Amino acid sequence: MSWSFAEMSARERLAAVVDAGSFHEWLPPSERVTSPHLAQLGVPAAFDDGVAVGRALLAGRMIFVAAQEGEFMGGGVGEVHGAKLVGMLQRALRDRPAAVVVLAESGGVRLHEANAGLIAVSEVMRALLDVRAAGIATVMLIGGANGCFGGMGIVARCADTVVMSDIARHAMSGPEVIESSNGAGEFDSRDRALVWRTTGGKHRWLTGDCDALVDDDPAMFRAAAIAALDTHRPMTLEALKHESALLQRRIDLDAGSADAFELWTRLGVVDAQTVPDLDAAEVRARRPAAVAALANGAA
Amino acid sequence: METLAFTFDGGRTLPPFAPALVGVVASGNLEVLLEPAQEASCRVVVDTSARGFGAIWEAVLRDFHARHGVAGLLVSIHDMGATPAVVSLRLDQALAAIAGAGEET
Repeated sequence: MSWSFAEMSARERLAAVVDAGSFHEWLPPSERVTSPHLAQLGVPAAFDDGVAVGRALLAGRMIFVAAQEGEFMGGGVGEVHGAKLVGMLQRALRDRPAAVVVLAESGGVRLHEANAGLIAVSEVMRALLDVRAAGIATVMLIGGANGCFGGMGIVARCADTVVMSDIARHAMSGPEVIESSNGAGEFDSRDRALVWRTTGGKHRWLTGDCDALVDDDPAMFRAAAIAALDTHRPMTLEALKHESALLQRRIDLDAGSADAFELWTRLGVVDAQTVPDLDAAEVRARRPAAVAALANGAA
Repeated sequence: METLAFTFDGGRTLPPFAPALVGVVASGNLEVLLEPAQEASCRVVVDTSARGFGAIWEAVLRDFHARHGVAGLLVSIHDMGATPAVVSLRLDQALAAIAGAGEET
């Protein structure tokens, strides 16, 4: 039986991605390390504050791993949630696992926790970059139904490798946020096809924003995570200049285009209009050689 | 939010088990944490976002205890407005999780 990664809970995903039975959790639910802010607001807490962190084996190698639960507060990063991620990352600097793998599903900062949540996200970014700079592979797996947005969207882009499914979404501002600030004429958040071709895994793959495009299948996420165990992209000045040039090229290429279809065509995607109807394997084959070369050049 | 506590006496004391968590705190859903307890009773602590449903909680939990007759158990619940049927299913799932630890569930 094939499971939908998007429909699984964070703990189910975690168990399916790492070697069977190898997950050892830090601050498990029975420790009751919960949000003090939610209690003050009279909102029920979660025993794990919406994230499970710990160590596990992946293809026999030691990794540290975290999984965010998108159903709880939309995967929002609160103070405790963020501190658990930071603690895991800082421990990685000490214990040097082969990789840190994050199964991300988050709308960003948990608004209930305001500044504490914002600070938490910035600390996660800093800690992740420290781990990456220490030469430990950092891997983001994005496949939850709520996508990966806001602060966690930025965190994801700080990692060496980003893996997405074709139905996953990854961006900074979510569709509703864009619509409420700039109007439905700018972005109609109810137009699901528009949302997916602007933030979805296929778009991220075709434009070189993600490094692997997989099916909505935990086995494929596991395989992609194993493949990323030895991928290191040191953040050198040259690498940052290359990234900056890529972004400038994107801006130039996108000038005046009104829709992702147009950008894909300009990037050299053949029959861009048909992309939404293709499965992940077909879209993998459509990535323009130029995009692939540039994405690899950033390595 | 409302916090409720219930104690049900009687039943067989469960053998030692590792704490188990099932469910998620989300709209219409709940999480249930089962832990071993010293007392020969089944104690249940509920944090719920829906106020004023104490009598229904007691009925649902009494039914759970009547069906399974388990003791030596602390049940901790975080609820976001789950219906009685969902609560019963989660409680059964949690018991199955500790009974089947190590097996596929």
